[in-house]
Amino acid sequence: MGLLEIAGLAKRFGAVPALVGLDLVVEEGEFLALLGGSGSGKSTLLRLIAGFEAPDAGSILLGGQDLTAMPPHARPLNMMFQSYALFPHLSVGDNVAYGLRREGTPRAERKARVAEALAMVGMQELAGRMPHRLSGGQRQRVALARALVKRPKLLLLDEPLGALDANLRERTGFELRALQRRTGASFIMVTHDQQEALALADRVAVLEQGRLVQAGPPRAVYERPATRFVAGFLGAANVLEGTPDATGGLDCPGLGTTLRAAAPMPAGTTACGLRPERIALGHPPGGANTASGVVEDLAFRGDDSLLLVRAAGGTLLRVSHAEEDGPPPAIGSTVTMGWEAAAVVPLAG
Amino acid sequence: MRRLPLLVPALWLAGFVALPLLVVLVLSIAQPGPGVPPFLLPFAWEGGLVLRPNWEPFGLLVADDYYVSAFLQSLWVAAGTAALCLVLAFPMALGIARAAPRWRAPLLMAVLLPFWTGFLPRVGAWIGLLRDEGWVNGVLRGLGWIDAPLPLLYSDLALFLGMVHAYLTFAVLPLYASLSRLDLTLEEAASDLGATPATVFRTITLPVAAPGALAAFLLVFIPAAGEYVIPELLGPPEALLVGRALWQEFFQNRDWPVAAALAVALLAMLILPIRLFQRLEARR
Amino acid sequence: MRRLGLCLGLAFLWLPVLLLAGYAFSDSRIPFQWGGFSLRWFHALAANERMLEAAFLSLHVAAGAATLAMLLGGATGWVLARRGPFAGRALFGALAGAPLVLPEVVTGLSLLLTFVMLQGLTGWPAERGATTILLAHATMGAAYVAVVVQARLAGMDGMLEEAALDLGATPATAFRTVTLPLMAPSLVAGWLLAFTLSLDDVVVASFVSGPAGTTLPMLVFSMLRLGLTPEVNALAVVILLLAFLAAGAAMLALWRRTEL
Repeated sequence: MGLLEIAGLAKRFGAVPALVGLDLVVEEGEFLALLGGSGSGKSTLLRLIAGFEAPDAGSILLGGQDLTAMPPHARPLNMMFQSYALFPHLSVGDNVAYGLRREGTPRAERKARVAEALAMVGMQELAGRMPHRLSGGQRQRVALARALVKRPKLLLLDEPLGALDANLRERTGFELRALQRRTGASFIMVTHDQQEALALADRVAVLEQGRLVQAGPPRAVYERPATRFVAGFLGAANVLEGTPDATGGLDCPGLGTTLRAAAPMPAGTTACGLRPERIALGHPPGGANTASGVVEDLAFRGDDSLLLVRAAGGTLLRVSHAEEDGPPPAIGSTVTMGWEAAAVVPLAG
Repeated sequence: MRRLPLLVPALWLAGFVALPLLVVLVLSIAQPGPGVPPFLLPFAWEGGLVLRPNWEPFGLLVADDYYVSAFLQSLWVAAGTAALCLVLAFPMALGIARAAPRWRAPLLMAVLLPFWTGFLPRVGAWIGLLRDEGWVNGVLRGLGWIDAPLPLLYSDLALFLGMVHAYLTFAVLPLYASLSRLDLTLEEAASDLGATPATVFRTITLPVAAPGALAAFLLVFIPAAGEYVIPELLGPPEALLVGRALWQEFFQNRDWPVAAALAVALLAMLILPIRLFQRLEARR
Repeated sequence: MRRLGLCLGLAFLWLPVLLLAGYAFSDSRIPFQWGGFSLRWFHALAANERMLEAAFLSLHVAAGAATLAMLLGGATGWVLARRGPFAGRALFGALAGAPLVLPEVVTGLSLLLTFVMLQGLTGWPAERGATTILLAHATMGAAYVAVVVQARLAGMDGMLEEAALDLGATPATAFRTVTLPLMAPSLVAGWLLAFTLSLDDVVVASFVSGPAGTTLPMLVFSMLRLGLTPEVNALAVVILLLAFLAAGAAMLALWRRTEL
């Protein structure tokens, strides 16, 4: 039995469905990333769990308790808002203490827990400062401390790293995960950044247009995307279209080859995913899972180069060439490519 | 209990804003009569409630030149005031919007304060300035430019000076709001594409400020159309504006139905500008 | 170029007022002519019974009306800024803003007629005077307070109340500990605004008042009709000063908290 059990959750705003029949289980002590683009329903899901919206159908159970009828202030979970929502008229310390005061925690214990929470995020020196005098990163830490001081079993985070600049994002991401492990609480983090989701989460749940399309450990979701959408959203895989042949492979005239996966493809498969980094250059031509083409463009990315290769049949392939393999082929040169059957992922839908 | 913050104001608005307007409407078709209060309601009880409208008050407004000219004069004064305010407010708003950030708040205060300190003292100031023995005449005589005092007070000039002075702040604020939102980089981009400063002003600044200018015009025009005090204290005695006509009908002639009819007609005249203004506000 | 326009505009706004203030201290019997420094006109004011009575009435009415306006307008502004859509919201918003756009003669006439009608139906108000003026001014002031409060709340992060709820505050507690403290400057500014408005109103007060209720602005108006005398000049300056202090305080209250 998981900590949070969501069954059949549905919500629409006017004529627009935001969530459609969603089932999800979050375990205790798990870091779950809710990944999706805008309009995917991830923020709506978070708000439903927090209690700021009421579902049209379905149920939300936390530790076996039905939350659906509970108002937000009664729910034993806490949220870190995207805009941080620090109370401007209260100091950092008073902000963090707010939730404890509502619980009626006695003064001495309150002071101790506030100090503990602030120390956890490295803000103990600034307890007396007012929010408008803090930097973005500092405000984020205070918001985190304020949510964690109540020791919730479940913490909801709405795009926590979105407002930070790039170099701060990575560092803060690691700190967030360390905090999660230290406190043992379950974190549900909403994000549109797939790198963030893959890097930090124990499990990634991908939402598209109000539906949960895939949920699993980061590696599984990345290497075995279930649908075209997931393949494209995570790591920009090549989506190769074709027609199934008699032997469980996919005939791709655009590539000029037949794709074969590790096992015969399910009936009705019309597309496969192939990650750019699984394509090797200089492979002897001919046979299944090979292709040749002309390099149309090249982008240097630091530790690798992204090549855009136009295959013989017209399909444009994204190929990753690692720097350690030597200089990349020049634009206009012809290359031969090959890949393992295990790298071919049949896609549904 | 949760409904209280909504219910109490709603009831108040219903009773003190909506109801009074309805009452005016009803009274505009009532009969003037003797006694206190000086009217007879346009209802009668004959089995059910029967309406007995008296259309004379409205008939009077339409037929009598006196009232028609009052409306026209009011429109003229209101439009003139609004236009003059716009002309003066534009450079002011632009100046504040382009000033260094630390000056903006004090400058806005300097524009706002005269409005909030009340307009009666300010009208009094204009009387003192424009009287025959007033300040302006005193200065002009002292400089030797004139021998006899100029009749500045109780004239159209005094009226417009007073009106513009009273309403200028109303025009500066929405213009400033519009102009302050104009991203300077837009003007820089236009410049980079080859537009001269004059062209930048014409093709970029003005169109962006246009909604604010329209809002400013309406914000002055609408209340100025019904203005009573300033024309009464500063304007020519023969000038008849709707505000004064209404006042006279009510206080002097004791013809309440006609006064009510004037109010209704004034509102009708302003309905379009008011709706336009509300739609402008909603869009912002 | 625009600097010049700005300076001219500000001069136009302030010069008459400054001159008025200056000449109130002039010893000359002729207004706006300098006759040496003197406080005699202010002394004359203090001795004038009628003026003191009117001032007393006006200050009471203004304070009462401002308080009522603050409560009504505060609630209205909060509803418009924070409450989601509800049946009749458009009408509510339109009525709330009506006193701002309606000409004063219309507001005055309509309120008077309503009072007369109420008197005919229920016997209240038996006499028109301070109470009716107070109610009328409260109605007008509430519209201004609503605008100030609504603007203030709309500019604040709407998530603050939700954050409070999430941390365990009931809706009432969230209002008390988060919304109200942040609304406070705008409520204070609104009170001061409604106060100065009440002190400045001639038209509406004239309509809804009765025989005993002559407010200070009504008195000033009737005196100004006859022309400007040094006494009226001095009185105008006193009113100016009072309103100046109130308005200045209001603006400080609002501006100082802009960082919030």
